[in-house]
Amino acid sequence: MNDSALDHRPAARGSVPADGDRAGASTGVLTGPGPAVVIEGVTAGYGRRVALTDVSLDVRQGSLLAVIGPNGAGKSTLLKLIAGLLKPTAGKLTVLGGPPGSAARQVAYLPQAEAVDWDFPVTVGEVVMMGRYARLGFGRQPGPTDRERVAAALDTVGMADAADRQIGALSGGQRRRVFLARAIAAEPELYLLDEPVTGVDVTTQEELMDVLEAEARAGKTVIATTHDLICAAQRFHQAALINGRVVAQGPAELVLDQRLLAETYGGHVLVLPGDGGRMVLDDAHHHDDAPPGERHFHDERR
Amino acid sequence: MDPIAWLVDPLSYGFMQRGLVAALLVGVVCAVMGTFVVLKGLAFIGDAVSHAAFPGLVIAYIVGAPLYIGGAIAAVATALAIGVVSRRGRLRFDTAVGVLFAGTFAFGVMLFSTIKGYVTDLLGYLLGNVLGIGVGDLIQVAVLGAIVLGIVLVIRKELLFATFDPQGAAASGLPVTGLEYLLLSLLGVTIVVSIQAVGIIMVVAMLVTPAATAQLLVVRFNRMISVAIALAAVSAVVGLYLSFYLNLASGASIVLVETLFFAIALAVGPKTGLLSRAAPAVAVRT
Repeated sequence: MNDSALDHRPAARGSVPADGDRAGASTGVLTGPGPAVVIEGVTAGYGRRVALTDVSLDVRQGSLLAVIGPNGAGKSTLLKLIAGLLKPTAGKLTVLGGPPGSAARQVAYLPQAEAVDWDFPVTVGEVVMMGRYARLGFGRQPGPTDRERVAAALDTVGMADAADRQIGALSGGQRRRVFLARAIAAEPELYLLDEPVTGVDVTTQEELMDVLEAEARAGKTVIATTHDLICAAQRFHQAALINGRVVAQGPAELVLDQRLLAETYGGHVLVLPGDGGRMVLDDAHHHDDAPPGERHFHDERR
Repeated sequence: MDPIAWLVDPLSYGFMQRGLVAALLVGVVCAVMGTFVVLKGLAFIGDAVSHAAFPGLVIAYIVGAPLYIGGAIAAVATALAIGVVSRRGRLRFDTAVGVLFAGTFAFGVMLFSTIKGYVTDLLGYLLGNVLGIGVGDLIQVAVLGAIVLGIVLVIRKELLFATFDPQGAAASGLPVTGLEYLLLSLLGVTIVVSIQAVGIIMVVAMLVTPAATAQLLVVRFNRMISVAIALAAVSAVVGLYLSFYLNLASGASIVLVETLFFAIALAVGPKTGLLSRAAPAVAVRT
């Protein structure tokens, strides 16, 4: 990322929030960061299947929240509820001061990679421009400002040279970068990112986290699901551990608490010795494939 | 034979002039709507809606109402019903559509069989006859086609977003459900407009084939629409001339020319063609 990538942003964005520095940078700063998302006793699901039960969470403005949990824990459901894509069967959500969907233009949602048809005939530039559509409104075509925002967003994620490529021709990491650029181009107050760094290489992961950190410093709120505990612990401010319900919410270091992890993941936590105790999770990792020396946290309550 | 005369002579016939204009109009409207049909995977729905339009046409014929109105009401109602089924249904979606599709068509055939001397006219509906189109019908095709194209032109970027990433579009505040129902309604109107030209059975080819061919050739959405329009227009002209000189069924000729273009694109196009196999895939990494 170079300096010009940040030039399009208001002066205070991208700088460390300090004292009066942030006044006027974004909403709510004069009174201190308020809650961006408040979830109170929410239950939701699909048809007869309940995905989340009695979930209560609080996300302050400017925070970087990692949502952690096994597959099927309701991580994506939680994001869809906040985005207004799914209605809760019980409870209440407040998103940027109103019901979900009421401030949709201030919200950028990044779907999971599997939710997208990669054979679709669109270029990288066209995908990122979609982030501007809701702002433009019906019948209006993108203008010079929109094109500048798209170029700047692509620059921010290091994909400036790829604007004319078809999305299907990109690697998994590049695709995630492009979708993050689309979110940035929308200039949202709230980012809802479903697996933004899953399936990407380490360099891409670090760079995308740098971008999200800069957005959070600028007062934007970022809620992202992830499977990577180390990334969550090191790069996020807050973490919510969920498994159909909220197991714990608090500082990001929570995700390294082995007791909470066992409660969240049941028997699917592997702690690899060496490499700073790197932890691997995921239902995709079968015990049969585990190299010797791993410790398994078994909890058969699931 | 003088090639200019070969091209111009048929146009001295009124039926050929009207047929050519109608085939071009239908081809272009179908190509534009077909781009969304192909990208959203609505081909089966298109086929179902065209069959379901039949009872509407027959009822309009029996009561003496304008055929396009009757057909359009039936087609749009079916398209919207399919939309509702896809959201709330308990059956597998293609099963529900299959039931609806055959049932409504059978109802149309039954109604039609009550009309005296129905056999020849029935073939007209099923297979189309663009060369038999009258001035009144042509005006209706032009007006309805212009309405469909105008609406798509105004909301094309929203339709693109909602087709590509419905969840992302909905989260950003676009009325994705409303857009889907609008698209299905426009599809219903397009199909009814096309029935006179190519008939109930082949409408789906007009919708799907040029857009599918275009998808094999280009990687940009706007170019896919442009290429589909060009293919449909060329196919309409070539098909009609073949029909004129070789005395072939007009709708079938147009559809076969479109199919030929598809086969050529499949064989030699940049994505699927034999030529593309020879070139190594370019891997791009960050």
